[in-house]
Amino acid sequence: MSSVDHAVHVHRDDEGSRMGMWLFLFTELLLFGGLFLAYAVYKFSHYQEFHLAAKELNTLFGAINTIILLTSSLTIALSIAALQKGKRELSIFLQLITILFAFAFLFNKYIEWSAKFHHGLFPGSETLLEKSNGEILFFGLYYAMTGLHGLHVLIGIVIIGVMTFFTYKNRITHNNYVRLEAAGLYWHLVDIIWIFLFPLFYLIT
Amino acid sequence: MSSNENHSPGFGIYFLVWFALLILTGLTVAVAGIKFGALTIATALTVASVKSYLVLTIFMHLKVESRIFKVFVWLALFFLIVSFVLLFSDYTFWQIGD
Repeated sequence: MSSVDHAVHVHRDDEGSRMGMWLFLFTELLLFGGLFLAYAVYKFSHYQEFHLAAKELNTLFGAINTIILLTSSLTIALSIAALQKGKRELSIFLQLITILFAFAFLFNKYIEWSAKFHHGLFPGSETLLEKSNGEILFFGLYYAMTGLHGLHVLIGIVIIGVMTFFTYKNRITHNNYVRLEAAGLYWHLVDIIWIFLFPLFYLIT
Repeated sequence: MSSNENHSPGFGIYFLVWFALLILTGLTVAVAGIKFGALTIATALTVASVKSYLVLTIFMHLKVESRIFKVFVWLALFFLIVSFVLLFSDYTFWQIGD
């Protein structure tokens, strides 16, 4: 009987685990915060050129990717709620949908960047180096910031993929889903960063 | 373990927040078309902040987390804002020519 008792009372501190994830997210805030600082200063020192350079970006692509990412944030939040209600299959389905949205986001990014490369607009290209300093800075920040964000989306796909596997294998369950919550927190942060990147790069024309 | 059981909200609130986020996105895109001058960027950042607030409180469950989580988030944001303020108070005295 005592062994059964032990099995039930495994020490677990879910709140501590979530706090650990939040602390990690604060370091991410600093990482992107530094880039946003650089953006802010150069935007002020090269006001007109940033306007001009932003005209090269396709607002429709940016808006579609915003909708995709916001919806993927919804599906990952729903997947946690589904598991809380004991709906395991629905949770797995919603996690897979989230991964699908993440791939769609990256696919759009790929199309978008390919078009830019096709027009000779990539870091260090001749076409770009002929432009003004402000425009070179704009595209440098654009590739660095959306690139780093894209890398986070890619990492998010791997993390959520692992969580889906864990849920499938019953290692994440109705009463033990803190890892899925942590993955969700990460995914929402990626969403929040895009919420700021979108207007700052696509909508300042 | 017990801390998990106090937040098991329905699906409805998530759909509602998602819908609000889409409306706000549409609003930013629409407003960007209007010539507001310096206000354009301020409006865009305000809307982005409102969107982030919704994601943080509802999607990221900050609303139902214990108080220390909120204190930490505000503290992190405070230091981010401090770094912006310090940078711009310094930047005012720079001369970036070329």
